[in-house]
Amino acid sequence: MWRLSALLLISLPLSLQAGEIWITNEKDDTISVIDTDTLEVTRTIATGERPRGITFSKDFTRAYVCASDSDAVQVIDVQSGDILNDLPSGEDPEQFVLHPDDRHLWIANEDDAIATVVDVQTHKVVAQINVGIEPEGMAVSPDGKTVVSTSETTSMAHWIDTESHEIYANSLVDARPRHAVFTSDGAQLWVSSEIGGTVSVFDTADQSLITKIRFEITGVHPDLIQPVGFEFTADGTRAFVALGPANHIAVVDTATFEVTDYLLVGRRVWHMAFSPDHSKLFTTNGVSGDVTVIDVATLTPIKSIKTGRYPWGAAMRP
Amino acid sequence: MTHALCALVAICHREFLRFLGQKGRLVSALVRPLVWLLVFAAGFRAALGLSITPPYQTYIPYETYIVPGLVGMVVLFNGMQTSLSLVADREVGTMRLLLSAPLPRWWLLLCKLTAGALIGTLQAYAFLMIAALFGIGFAPLAYLAALPAILAAALMLGALGLALSSTIHQMENFAGVMNFVIFPMFFLSTALYPLWKMAESAQILHALCAANPFSHAIETIRFALYLQANAGAGAVVLVSFVVFFALALWGYDPARGLIRRKS
Repeated sequence: MWRLSALLLISLPLSLQAGEIWITNEKDDTISVIDTDTLEVTRTIATGERPRGITFSKDFTRAYVCASDSDAVQVIDVQSGDILNDLPSGEDPEQFVLHPDDRHLWIANEDDAIATVVDVQTHKVVAQINVGIEPEGMAVSPDGKTVVSTSETTSMAHWIDTESHEIYANSLVDARPRHAVFTSDGAQLWVSSEIGGTVSVFDTADQSLITKIRFEITGVHPDLIQPVGFEFTADGTRAFVALGPANHIAVVDTATFEVTDYLLVGRRVWHMAFSPDHSKLFTTNGVSGDVTVIDVATLTPIKSIKTGRYPWGAAMRP
Repeated sequence: MTHALCALVAICHREFLRFLGQKGRLVSALVRPLVWLLVFAAGFRAALGLSITPPYQTYIPYETYIVPGLVGMVVLFNGMQTSLSLVADREVGTMRLLLSAPLPRWWLLLCKLTAGALIGTLQAYAFLMIAALFGIGFAPLAYLAALPAILAAALMLGALGLALSSTIHQMENFAGVMNFVIFPMFFLSTALYPLWKMAESAQILHALCAANPFSHAIETIRFALYLQANAGAGAVVLVSFVVFFALALWGYDPARGLIRRKS
């Protein structure tokens, strides 16, 4: 009996506590917080200028936000919404990634062709690494040994050793790579190319190209198909790729690399985040100023929620 | 009372027999909206999505938008066709036979109307099934929720047809109905485009669209298909039905109506 009640005690708070999706609004300089159960904006938090990349600390007590035009990464207390402090980020930070050690933020400085490593505890810059021109996408391998930075103009993914801070390999990808993510087992690196219209998949072991995923939507001009953000499902069997001004999310089978479906969302879709149970996917639609919610099981867009102007980044907080 | 019900069943039965006898009618009733859905809507596909208008909660392609309007089209054409059959009935004399039955005239006309509306509703569901086969389906419960909305629309448009039929004396005049009733009613409605789109081009067109009872019939069906109620539009449909039916009764009143001029 006590086991049952213990189980209830454990599961009750979990089921009652709704998750949140934090959305950065590029033009409004705010964050819209969406409740994943009611699908409504519950809070709006002021940030620095042009907030884009967003991520949480491992314990979800702090949010890190790239305030691009304020040239800072801001640390926000998630309960109060107050800005605790700014981190020195270098100029124009756009995307970043938090190392699995929960301590080092790897930041892409778009204007300076540099990746900056910041210690979030000491607030000090640990290292600055020269990368290609206009770095944007940042990815860290699950074992924390490699960070990848993609540079938009050089059209390359740079493989950086996190110990030595040295680039140990460069991989050429299609034009304007904007986002990179390692698969959860660390075996593959996926890089999206906005102008090239492709997603390149690399073998992490030898940095060789496995395949390139291409997209095609009936009635949509190929030039409009501009893949940017993408996310993997928890079981790793599917990837969702945001296709920018094509207003669609592509569903990709990660085993065959085939596109199985295209889902209609709002205008100019950038990035996305899953609800805590991975049953819903939230996409940021920059131009239409809303977030489309997709039911992952049925692959159906169910609702679009108005946010601030030009929503860009998305991160989940359970 | 049983006598009245008997008349209802008999008139419905006759109407169904007639409908079954005209195979071409069902085919054309289905082909017409399907051409719009598969050809016209393909041209306006809006692969990048239409702006959100209630009851839709997110972006939709054009073919999803147009389906409730085409359901309205099915019942609109059926309503007008039933009125056409009334003109034929009058020409061959069965109308006189029907109206001379020892029952109130309003009841007989209501029976006739109900029979036509039921057939229209059946056609609408046949179209919805085919649309579902082409990938534009709705929640299972939505098909049930749409029933009163479709039936009310069919009754309202049937009553309009009935009122018109009292003014038409020859089959040939039906072309006029086509030109001056069906087309304006269909194009000046929310069947093919959302109301805000009309507002972009001309305020007068927007006002006509918003006032058109057919728009309200479509919006009632559209909301019902997404399991929502649009009470305002529903009320307009019911009030329009009462008005059109009253006009029809006046038209078919031998003492005062337009039918008098003929005899």
